[in-house]
Amino acid sequence: MTNQESIPQSGSASPINDKISSLGRYTLRIVAEMGKMAMFLGSALALLARPPWRPSLIIQQIYFIGVGSLSIVLLTALFTGMVLALQGFYTLEKFGSEGLLGTAVALSLIRELGPVLTALVVTGRAGSAMAAEIGIMVITEQVDALKSMAVNPLQRLASPRIAGGILAIPLLTAIFDVVGIFGGYLVGVKLLGLSSGTYFGHMELQVKMSDITGGILKSLIFALLVTWVSSYKGYYCGHGAEGVGKATTSAVVLSTVLVLIGDYILTSLLY
Amino acid sequence: MSQRGIEFIVGVFVLSGIAALGYLSIQLGGLDLLGAGKYDITAKFSTVSGLRVGASIEMSGVKIGRVQKIILIGEDALVSLQLDNSIKLSRDSIASIRTKGILGDKYILLSQGGSDTLIKPGGKIRDTEPPIDIEKLIGDFIFGKVK
Repeated sequence: MTNQESIPQSGSASPINDKISSLGRYTLRIVAEMGKMAMFLGSALALLARPPWRPSLIIQQIYFIGVGSLSIVLLTALFTGMVLALQGFYTLEKFGSEGLLGTAVALSLIRELGPVLTALVVTGRAGSAMAAEIGIMVITEQVDALKSMAVNPLQRLASPRIAGGILAIPLLTAIFDVVGIFGGYLVGVKLLGLSSGTYFGHMELQVKMSDITGGILKSLIFALLVTWVSSYKGYYCGHGAEGVGKATTSAVVLSTVLVLIGDYILTSLLY
Repeated sequence: MSQRGIEFIVGVFVLSGIAALGYLSIQLGGLDLLGAGKYDITAKFSTVSGLRVGASIEMSGVKIGRVQKIILIGEDALVSLQLDNSIKLSRDSIASIRTKGILGDKYILLSQGGSDTLIKPGGKIRDTEPPIDIEKLIGDFIFGKVK
């Protein structure tokens, strides 16, 4: 490869050609990166189906992602529900339709806020840790050690994280929804004096099964996105401590962006 | 923490997640797992304007079921009503579509008839009243059709 640089390249003298080829190089790099990510996910999922199976690794990941994020999810959910009820109440009061408060809180939680906020909280808490953990294993050559012991590092590191996330995050989302509705109940009924029959009765009437399955489907897809991006970024991190730091940051940024964009696309497709 | 301890806590987490999911689907989503304790009857209306699937069915102001399905048959709307098993309707019961308040949701009001024969599961309510069209009433009033 070294002698290639010394060959004089004909026709690359003009600055316009330089710009065009740098655009081409950038495009090729993005396409290659996307292909690499797709291959990563494909093999991580395929390796789940192949022995040796280690359910204990998946259980550890459910513990880390699900149980570990539970307290922050509960806190976020409670206050989201409370603030939704507070804001919704004053808006609906202007039209004399406070009775719709329960429906407004439940629908916004179940359809949008539950899946999205859960995914974002999990990204911040577990996704970053996931990227850092795998990244450090890569730079300290523990991954090479695994390879030399004939353990597939993808199967050992990425697959259980993706599987654990797909199992844990939808459950966290369901807990988020219920706790958020309870938070709305605290503010709407206990603080602002709505009757609890109005709050829950109207909600039961308006929330359809398709809203709930849509929300859970969303959180399944977000779970896949977050765990996939985080373990990918860790697995292909750069050199040294700086590389791990960058991998962690870009895992969180890319997961967040994908979740937010994905949410818009899914909403327009689902409802 | 020991592996056993982790497994136990994960078990508790999964159970509480499933409980939350169950509450959402059964209580709010109206998911009927076994269809137990409920039966369906149908009623034909000339229009069901404003009535939605999932709307409540009431008798004397008490909720006794919900609208299961609305389909168009010829020029009429056929509504499937899902009622609690404890409700026995006589054959000449009347189903009318009403509004909660002036601008509220539409619901179906069932009034019990006097006949001794009951409507069987899968049967049909003969007497129905379509919703009152408030806009048409106001229009008739303004343009002087009401004498």
